[in-house]
Amino acid sequence: MNCSTTRCSLKGKLLCGLAATPTLAVSAENRIAPLNYFLHSYGPASMPTMHLGWVFTGLLTVIFIIIVLLLVKAIFHKRSIEDSYSIEGEEQGMSWIYIGTGITACILFAMTVYMLLTLNRVAKPAHAPALTLTVTGYDWWWKVEYEDDDPSRRFITANEIHIPVGQPVLLKLKSVDVIHAFWVPVLAGKTQMIPGLTNQQWIEADAEGIYLGQCTQYCGVQHAHMGLEVVAQSEAEFAAWQNAQRKKAATILTGDIDAGWKIFLEQCAGCHAVRGTEANGIHGPDLTHLNSRRLLAGGLLTNTPDNLERWITHAQELKPGARMPSMVLTTAEMSALSAFLSTLN
Amino acid sequence: MTDADQNTPDLSLNRIPEIGSAPAGSAAEARLAELWESAPGWRGWLSTVDHKTIGIRYLVTAFIFLLLGGVEALVMRVQLARPDQTLLTPEQYNQLFTMHGITMIFLYSLPVLSGFSNYLWPLMLGSRDMAFPRLNALSYWIFLFAGIFLYASFPLGEAPNAGWFNYVPFTELHYNTGPNIDVYALGMVLLGISTTVGSINFIVTLFRMRAPGMSIGRVPILVWGTLTASVANVFAVPSVSLAFFMLWLDRQMGTHFFDVLNGGKPLLWQHLFWMFGHPWVYAVVLPAMGIVSDALPTFCRRPLVGYSAVALSTMATMLLGFGVWIHHMFATGLPPLALSFFGATSMVISIPSGVAVFAWIATIWLGRPMFNTPFLFFAGFVVLFVIGGFSGVMVAAVPLDLQLNETYFIVAHLHYVLLGINVFPVVGGIYYWFPKFFGRMMNETLGKWSFWVMFIGFNLGFFPMHVAGLLGMPRRIYTYAPHMGWSFVNMVTTIGSFLFAAGILIFLVNIVVSLRRGATAAANPWDAPTLEWAVASPAPVYNFAVIPFIASRHPLWEDRLDEGAGRSSLEQGYLLMEGRETIGTTPLDALPDVILKMPDDSYTPFFVGLFSALAFVGLLLHSRDFTVLMALACSLSLMVWLWPRKNLIQRVPDVEYDKGVAHG
Repeated sequence: MNCSTTRCSLKGKLLCGLAATPTLAVSAENRIAPLNYFLHSYGPASMPTMHLGWVFTGLLTVIFIIIVLLLVKAIFHKRSIEDSYSIEGEEQGMSWIYIGTGITACILFAMTVYMLLTLNRVAKPAHAPALTLTVTGYDWWWKVEYEDDDPSRRFITANEIHIPVGQPVLLKLKSVDVIHAFWVPVLAGKTQMIPGLTNQQWIEADAEGIYLGQCTQYCGVQHAHMGLEVVAQSEAEFAAWQNAQRKKAATILTGDIDAGWKIFLEQCAGCHAVRGTEANGIHGPDLTHLNSRRLLAGGLLTNTPDNLERWITHAQELKPGARMPSMVLTTAEMSALSAFLSTLN
Repeated sequence: MTDADQNTPDLSLNRIPEIGSAPAGSAAEARLAELWESAPGWRGWLSTVDHKTIGIRYLVTAFIFLLLGGVEALVMRVQLARPDQTLLTPEQYNQLFTMHGITMIFLYSLPVLSGFSNYLWPLMLGSRDMAFPRLNALSYWIFLFAGIFLYASFPLGEAPNAGWFNYVPFTELHYNTGPNIDVYALGMVLLGISTTVGSINFIVTLFRMRAPGMSIGRVPILVWGTLTASVANVFAVPSVSLAFFMLWLDRQMGTHFFDVLNGGKPLLWQHLFWMFGHPWVYAVVLPAMGIVSDALPTFCRRPLVGYSAVALSTMATMLLGFGVWIHHMFATGLPPLALSFFGATSMVISIPSGVAVFAWIATIWLGRPMFNTPFLFFAGFVVLFVIGGFSGVMVAAVPLDLQLNETYFIVAHLHYVLLGINVFPVVGGIYYWFPKFFGRMMNETLGKWSFWVMFIGFNLGFFPMHVAGLLGMPRRIYTYAPHMGWSFVNMVTTIGSFLFAAGILIFLVNIVVSLRRGATAAANPWDAPTLEWAVASPAPVYNFAVIPFIASRHPLWEDRLDEGAGRSSLEQGYLLMEGRETIGTTPLDALPDVILKMPDDSYTPFFVGLFSALAFVGLLLHSRDFTVLMALACSLSLMVWLWPRKNLIQRVPDVEYDKGVAHG
């Protein structure tokens, strides 16, 4: 386990330690509040926006302080003692409105121009994307399809998007059920995934690392647990990962594993696929390389054998309302199924 | 009918209204009170069309909904106070946040302002009632029944559960099979009737019911705010009523407006909803800003700076408000050019708001502030308004919004806007007008406590939500993991929200205490300039013993302002006491035009409201016979309501009246 990057916090270490792909450097700051996009940005699709956020926040804070000071002064400044019965005329004070509104309009104009320039910078990447993926929202997980001109090189995974570092990646965003929104805040702003439409979003990571994402469009009972991760890797590591993912499952069915496979085929294959076998369900995540993934259950659990068992048998307790049922299995059946699942590397 | 020929009407069509005075205790005044008083007991309670009673009912009902929505919020805050809490199931949480939004946005924020406007408009405008008193009663009853309707499924655990903006396809039958969404859809169509008739009533009242001489440039800013909001509602509400009706058809009649598999378009819902939704946001703040613009000058001992600029900025806000709905949809994949346009408009809309802010600050600066409770609420409001406006500028910036959208930053922004710009002026306004409503002053000590606890609690509760949003916390999640870094801000928010609730509680205690033991209020306890303070506290049933003649914007400060030769005449004016009568004037100059015969009390608005609500219940329960029966009963009630009556024939006054010059 190479989690030697000193920047890992305790929780980070825990996550890294449990991860199946151990060679990644985890962005340190990400561990404290992993979705903190206001202070952290790791790519050109979010960096200009972060700077815009700083400038706007700073400017508006200063103006706010000025206005509050004006208000305090307006309330408390010394007034010449006058007859309390008299009332001032209506006409004075218009210069406040003229000057105040004039300054407001100028500042807003400058802010609008800066905003439009920023929009232009993040709307599309500087050069054509090297890679195109399709991410499809499901209640409550993400299907990730890697395209290729050669159909045999295409593959499907779930909840974990690997990208090569330093390259713009185009995401085609779809949904099979309700509206979701794809959001990996430290890499880019969010885009809705609308059934019947294909939206686009590009991301690019400047540094290797794992970046957390989250559905941000309320999509039903488990909207809170619809997370994903983007894993940015060097070109070589990414290519190796892709090659591994393209392989079909090559499980040798013996003993317990065979018993587990039968249970899988009977009870799981209606929804889950394992490429290269008869299991070809399409409603749940593709499990061909289940053990290569870091997380389970739409980001709710880290992928360990124990958690996997808990998830299979207690899905409805861990994620009430999820499409995954809590399976009723005997201990023997569970251990057989685990034996089979442990082969899905 | 209660009004069957009590009066023997004079049918000559050119009656000249008598000018005179009717001081308190005179026979004329007694006659007026007798004419306008509702029947005692439950009969009067059900049949009254008095705008003051209706206004108070609106205020009380809206406040009850505010408390319901507030309790829902507190339960959610307990759930979110710490990570991984299990107080609520996800489904319970989802119903709570949905009902919280529906309650606050539809059942509190506009109705409470309708309450103020209903009570105050005729008094501010120098009239004896709204243009359509029975429509006014109907508007209230339907609002009440729609509110009950929307809450009816809550105890059964089947409340709306898809958020107040209710996006399809999640709300289509396939994904949401219970009655939850049907309740919301039908309830909103029903509520839309109330909003629409209420808005039409305000519009006609403004253009027809002002006292002679109250030209369009002399009406209070609250009137401008409510007028603007009402015009906007007339255009905006059909959009949402249609959307909800289409959704209901999709769910129950098998149409495919939003059904993707059959060519429907989910984005259509978002457009229809936000074409309504954004103007609505302004509809629930502009009248509240009007409350401040009218009441703040009283406590600054000078007129509002820039009356015309503020009135124009109110309307400019609304006009622009119809061109910014896309800023709720920046993340839907629209092309950058469209986003640029709507982003720029959304930033420009801050300019008219800036006009109002500078007008308020200048009014305080140039005036002599008196630190009564209402002043504290209005000054505090200015601070919250600026914060809400500034976070609004940030979310108007398209690229930034693509991050901020659907995070707690939006939750913070919308609470600064809706609580800051609606609740604070409303509470301040209640402190201000309470003597007019009930004839007693509210307690100042409790008042100041309520302000400071509310103000501190509010900022402690809602400011950290900005931070939660910047830390990436999405809206509408029922729990979160400890490693997300949101635990501390959420705990602070929960503490702040309970403190804010304590402030509201102090305010309610103050109301109860003051209703019983508050000092008796004179007609004009604050030495305020506007017309509603010319009548006794509480306002008499007939409002004005004589219809006054108005010569300036500040009829009660004229002797001190010296703004021109004209003097308003408040003691002498049209007597108009052959039945319930008031004067109708021309739309802009307010020249007397017609004697308006006002309808008497009637049960028909109650029954039209009741039967139409029951017809919707029938639709919800899929009972065709019951629905048809209720629709027939509703039609029958309408026929009784609209049956022509001789004593409502209007007569043209035949007088020459010089604008701005008093009679007497």
